Amino acid sequence: MSGVNTAGWRPSMNEVAPGDMAPATQSGDRALMLEEALIFELGCEGQTGVDIEAPSKAVSPALSKFRRKAAPALPGLSEPEAVRHYTRLSRQNYGIDLGPFPLGSCTMKHNPRLNEKMARLPGFADVHPLQPQKTVEGALEVIEQLADWLMKLTGMASVAMSPKAGAHGELCGLLCIRAALDARGESREIVLVPESAHGTNPATAAFAGFKVQAIPATPEGRVDLEALKEKLGPDVAGVMITNPNTCGLFEPDLKEIADAVHEVGGYVYCDGANFNAIVGRVRPGDLGVDAMHINLHKTFSTPHGGGGPGAGPVVLSEALAPYAPLPFVTRGEDGEVHLVEEENRGEGHERAFGRMVAFHGQMGMFTRALAYILSHGADGLKQVSEDAVLNANYILRSLEDVLEAPFGKSGPCMHEALFSDAGLPEGISTLDIAKGLIDEGFHPMTVYFPLVVKGAMLIEPTETESKQGLDRFIASMRNLAQRAQEQDESLHTAPHFAPRRRLDETRAARKPVLVWKGDEAA
Amino acid sequence: MRYLPLTPADRSSMLETVGASSVDELFCDVPEAARLSGPIAGLPMHASEMAVERHLGKLAAKNLDAGSAPFFLGAGAYRHHVPASVDHLIQRGEFLTAYTPYQPEIAQGTLQVLFEFQTQVARMFGTDIANASMYDGSTACWEAILMAARVTRKGKAVLSGGLHPHYGEVVRTMAKFTKDEIVSLTPEMSAQTDDAAVIAAIDETTSSVVVQYPDIMGRIPDLEAIAQAAHAAKALLIVVVTEPVALGLLEAPGHLGADVVVGEGQSLGVGLQFGGPYLGLFGCREKFVRQMPGRLCGETVDAEGKRGFVLTLSTREQHIRREKATSNICTNSGLCALAFSIHMSLLGGEGLEQLAAINHDRTQALVERLTQIPGVSLLSDAYFNEVTLVLPRDAREVVRELADKGILGGVSLGRLFPEQADLHNGLLVTATETVTLEDIEEFAAGLAAVLEGEAA
Repeated sequence: MSGVNTAGWRPSMNEVAPGDMAPATQSGDRALMLEEALIFELGCEGQTGVDIEAPSKAVSPALSKFRRKAAPALPGLSEPEAVRHYTRLSRQNYGIDLGPFPLGSCTMKHNPRLNEKMARLPGFADVHPLQPQKTVEGALEVIEQLADWLMKLTGMASVAMSPKAGAHGELCGLLCIRAALDARGESREIVLVPESAHGTNPATAAFAGFKVQAIPATPEGRVDLEALKEKLGPDVAGVMITNPNTCGLFEPDLKEIADAVHEVGGYVYCDGANFNAIVGRVRPGDLGVDAMHINLHKTFSTPHGGGGPGAGPVVLSEALAPYAPLPFVTRGEDGEVHLVEEENRGEGHERAFGRMVAFHGQMGMFTRALAYILSHGADGLKQVSEDAVLNANYILRSLEDVLEAPFGKSGPCMHEALFSDAGLPEGISTLDIAKGLIDEGFHPMTVYFPLVVKGAMLIEPTETESKQGLDRFIASMRNLAQRAQEQDESLHTAPHFAPRRRLDETRAARKPVLVWKGDEAA
Repeated sequence: MRYLPLTPADRSSMLETVGASSVDELFCDVPEAARLSGPIAGLPMHASEMAVERHLGKLAAKNLDAGSAPFFLGAGAYRHHVPASVDHLIQRGEFLTAYTPYQPEIAQGTLQVLFEFQTQVARMFGTDIANASMYDGSTACWEAILMAARVTRKGKAVLSGGLHPHYGEVVRTMAKFTKDEIVSLTPEMSAQTDDAAVIAAIDETTSSVVVQYPDIMGRIPDLEAIAQAAHAAKALLIVVVTEPVALGLLEAPGHLGADVVVGEGQSLGVGLQFGGPYLGLFGCREKFVRQMPGRLCGETVDAEGKRGFVLTLSTREQHIRREKATSNICTNSGLCALAFSIHMSLLGGEGLEQLAAINHDRTQALVERLTQIPGVSLLSDAYFNEVTLVLPRDAREVVRELADKGILGGVSLGRLFPEQADLHNGLLVTATETVTLEDIEEFAAGLAAVLEGEAA
């Protein structure tokens, strides 16, 4: 930063500082800080931004009794109005393209634009899921090639590609376990889930009809092996383990856990949300895992899009492979790629547990993920996990003297560094630090998760942050920690410079307003 | 490697800060036997942009894309023209590379879009409210059945035979594990929808009735009659809409008594993409709000009293309720919802109506032309933009032979319902605004030739 604007932007973007001659504006906007109304307040019914040909004939008489009485009361925007509306709204968002997005457990890494370009090739973007197979061989080939990479990267026997996101993949894995138990004529009811697990784990187990039992964590932030072993028995269908876990630590006992679970006839589900820490360096298949979902929108950089779409393929062990749901893409002995659906499930996939989605899953994400994987190759992916882990440890060691790192003494972390509010003075919360970070120009870390650490701050920098970028982040964090120690009151009201101040979430939940009703008579 | 900013010098200075002599030391918790020393064997090394483009370009070229052929497929995925501005806007990095809006002060863009989206969906469906999206239509359908079971405290769903068979299959798959009872009616090759059979299957133990509108064969069920029967048994009517453009012409299900309306939003903004990512739509009555699955965006104010938006009612959700959540869904289809919403904002209500009108018009032209071919007849004359044609032989072969001629001539009912021989002569064809009269002529000539070839 060679002296250019080292003082930063004007300190009072939202507030006029004393002595500042800046006037209040008539519009309420301030230069590049633009407010934006709702489309319902901007557009008008009858306007449209799409030129549509007029029909040549009247609507067929047989349809008339089903006709809508009036077009939906929705405003239209001309193209220039639409482009402005969404461009202005976009500027009220933070994205990876703007700066570090160190949300722990979310793996917000750079989204390469090559992947976007590839997914938009007409041969991928403009093909229908039910086209005759010989007209979509290239698309099936993408699915198969990605599947092959995922199996080799994880050391697993098979992969179910259709799950739509991580939680959907968890469901797929548990349903494979259920199907395998059914095939053995057993109806085991219990799934063991560590306290530190993502909320989706127990929710998924319940969704799949299992009963959830929690396993405590050790003081070192890991699964309590002895407590787990005590719970194992003939009614345990399996365990769900996140590795590396949500405290950012590798579970060194995973193989031993897996052996113990297998011993009593159960299966091991691994939550692969944190695969970025070990991709290319450790294969979960070598640790006794039976099923693991892979969030393509985390490890393999498909964009998170403000809440999806994701993709959650599930790699499966030999024991669970036969139960993978339809449709299923496989390369036959003839070297050709085959699509197995209900119609031809007899061709070696008769034990599939059913179907989870209407079509093939997240094809658009498969193309992006494959482009990412091919770009990195086996060597690049190994470098990915190494740099991700190095970056996280660099943050851990650069902040542990000013923020409490509950497991900092137990050795290096994996791809995320965990801190707590334990060292913060009374009255300053994790939330205050997070909101202060917003004012510093960064997206906050994950806060108050994992639940096993009070006031948790989970920082995942990913491998796509430069050292200079990390140093700037660390400097801001150290400054916030110092302000916290000084009981800086302004932290309680942060953010001060964002498009909005803290929002009233209680009010939103008390009397929910989920749709605009401005045109309805009061 | 072009995506990795650390230099070798950075790495050694950072290792020094960390106090490790090598990066391998950072992996010390991984059992030695599981630690790989080099790149995984048998996999290629890193590749340039050009090399990756070449590789994937070759694979893309092996597919026959819809824009390069006369194209008439539907059956739950429809090809519509997406205005160029939609794809440009969704690639704004602030939308594309944002996370789920957990920090609302710096996510008002995404949140306001979701609020607008929820309103658009609710108004299109004629429901009080809508959520911020699900994975796709099929999973939204299952979530609706689960919600109806929570609301009614009963556990039997009746599925119309007109429901997309893949949706039915998803429901039956999931219900196997949750032990919900599913009554699946068998579709029939008939001009009539199976309203009477649906109504006859409802009893006091029924929690929900699931009806697709228009149905998988392009026919239009009488929702009011089914709603009445469902409500008399204290069951909810769930209506599934796989082609939202239809709602530019057809009455909104919510205005006809539907309690829950779910659907596939892919038609607007999202594109075909070989089946995904798609966009699950979910609307319902306001009184079910605390039983709804998925994210909800709500209006509120900030500390200065300015209007703003937040994710709300999260006590229903997995990250708070864990095993007691209404659903396990976390990541949904945010960017697809944005694409849908932009396309809908460009159209407006009247544009949607015009778009529906031209779709119906094209389909009328298609039906008129194809039914001139000897042996081809129309199953039902009440249709929107998709119809079932009855052919003199198994439509699966016909579709393959048409593909040999470079024509993507619809979806055979045999592919959708392999076990039902009585449907195998059915061919499902769709004409949207993207179909030209020349396409229709080419299709007609090809179909006539394929069918004549068999006669010869």
